[in-house]
Amino acid sequence: MSILVGRDTRLCVSGITGREGTFHALNNQRYGTNVVSGVTPGKGGQSVEGVPVFDTFHEAVAETDANTAMIFVPARFAADSIIEAADAGVPTIVAITEGIPAHDELRVFTHLKRSTGVRLIGPNCPGVLSPGKANVGIIPADFFKEGNVGVVSRSGTLTYQIGNELAQAGFGNSSIVGIGGDPVPGSSFIDVLELFEADADTELMVMSGEIGGSAEEEAAEFIADNVSKPVVGYIAGFTAPPGKTMGHAGAIVSGSKGTAQAKAEALEAVGVRVGRTPTEVSEIVVEILEG
Amino acid sequence: MDLLEYQGKQLLARHGIPVPAGRPAESVDEAVTAADAIGYPCVVKAQVQIGGRGKLGGIKVAASRAEAQEHAGAILGMDIRGLRVHEVWVEEASEIEAEYYASIVFDRSARAPLIMLSTKGGMDIEQVAEEDPAAIASLHVDPLLGYQQFQGRRLAFEAGVDGDLVRPLTGLLEKLYAAFVGEDAMLIEVNPLIVTPERELRALDAKVTLDGDAMFRHPDNAALRNPSAEDPQEQMAKERGLTYVKLDGDIGILGNGAGLVMSTLDVVAQAGGRPANFLDAGGGSKADAIVAAVEVILSDEKVTGVLFNIFGGITRCDEVAKGLIEAFGQVQPQVPFVVRLDGTNDEEGRRLLAEAALSNLYVEATMLGAAERIVELAAATPSEAR
Repeated sequence: MSILVGRDTRLCVSGITGREGTFHALNNQRYGTNVVSGVTPGKGGQSVEGVPVFDTFHEAVAETDANTAMIFVPARFAADSIIEAADAGVPTIVAITEGIPAHDELRVFTHLKRSTGVRLIGPNCPGVLSPGKANVGIIPADFFKEGNVGVVSRSGTLTYQIGNELAQAGFGNSSIVGIGGDPVPGSSFIDVLELFEADADTELMVMSGEIGGSAEEEAAEFIADNVSKPVVGYIAGFTAPPGKTMGHAGAIVSGSKGTAQAKAEALEAVGVRVGRTPTEVSEIVVEILEG
Repeated sequence: MDLLEYQGKQLLARHGIPVPAGRPAESVDEAVTAADAIGYPCVVKAQVQIGGRGKLGGIKVAASRAEAQEHAGAILGMDIRGLRVHEVWVEEASEIEAEYYASIVFDRSARAPLIMLSTKGGMDIEQVAEEDPAAIASLHVDPLLGYQQFQGRRLAFEAGVDGDLVRPLTGLLEKLYAAFVGEDAMLIEVNPLIVTPERELRALDAKVTLDGDAMFRHPDNAALRNPSAEDPQEQMAKERGLTYVKLDGDIGILGNGAGLVMSTLDVVAQAGGRPANFLDAGGGSKADAIVAAVEVILSDEKVTGVLFNIFGGITRCDEVAKGLIEAFGQVQPQVPFVVRLDGTNDEEGRRLLAEAALSNLYVEATMLGAAERIVELAAATPSEAR
């Protein structure tokens, strides 16, 4: 098993005719993901290497039975595309697009939570990979193999770093989920930890956080009450000065809130071991799974 | 993007919120002309985004033209907690009967805008929050429903606003919320929001932070400048489309992806070094972006060594290697570079670097090893190379 994407994924790519959209849609297809369709308004009837393109999500879903959407359109169109996919009845949406205005994200988030049962991963995220089954997004799948460690992270490349260290230590992954570095992610650590807790193939979870916001602290509370499997943590940004946005729109320490120290302490207080470097994270995982 | 006080006030004024009349000035002459136009007494205010300017001599009342000239001369060019004053705002003096506080913040945890109101404005609101939390009334606005009149009334009554001001304040909060959403703000703080002897409300200060990602729909806001907050290296990086944050150490850092770069800073610090910057070359960086990044990093004269930490996904390690070789050809850096390449096309990248045999460039296999190596090399960099 795995979470969010797998063998039953039927993917429709929004923005499939764009340069990046085409590249990654085909890359995902080569990995074995079932890419059933794409959406680009005005290009309905065309195809991208045999993948049919539709003008609307509603058409794409009706014709190809898509159950997962990947959003690859530019930031100013992305919120609209996410809501369109939800309106067409797609239950799982993965938004890769970076730079969506925070107020748009907030409206999308509130609408999806309130009026639909749709699960949104991202935006501004690398996507979801279930090794050996399906890849939806831009995670370089070659570095990961099937296994029993679930990874959830706010950052893309840091996820690869940690996943790679785990692979070198001999461990594979059930699923790797990038939730994104924006102020209002569609899914939180809690949402994904809950899925891993229920996933039979996941024995341990690695949660990689960073400065800014309070998602890690909220996850710590959730873990204390709801997670029975071991969780290993990592927090990036111990040396980040307050008031400076560190690359991600969400990564900013304001006042005494959102520091790496506070987050690590909140996790450690509920029994989560927190590695101080990616290498230490993999050492702790080895210790727990082999010890 | 953080706005200067007067930029924030002009933004609020566009949404119908009363602010004192004023003019910006970049020179003493301009300030005197502004003061003459506004009339005396007027207030000369340093335009730097920092709390406590007044206590540090950045806000002065001028009763005459001579005083306006004297104050503008003293404040322009002054250094306030490390920020140089490039501009002053000259505004009419306001008579103050009471000082309130009003703000709207983008509350990430609650995933809704949070409005706060207090009749104890003017002083440090964080201190009020700590010592007398009941003095601050607050509530969340539904992002889909928007601001409702009852919310303004509830805030006003809970905060203990004078009865005659409840209605005007409710109207003012509605305009503040319209500005917050309409301008894609992450924060609007008015402190103090004053009550004049004529029982009118006025924003005497404004702290506004806008969402940089929403600038495509606000070209006027995108054109606003805050020269005192812009570090020359950060400015240079911005022009080249790089995400760069200046720090105060001496080891230059480049990586791909915000999380990995933050993690690299931490690992360098653990190895005993002090990072000079955060630089995210982003996904899919091509050789020319790497050349630009090297130039930005080395333009900081404190840098005594540079660490490249790349985990290629979309980014290809051979492209990074080509960029580095090109940068070495153009810039001929005098300080050591340590490079760690992993991920997409890493072997090809390392092969290119080995072939180029650049002096002063060292390749390490792991992130931790690379961090330890650069700390060691940077410490040994002779002072004439610095």
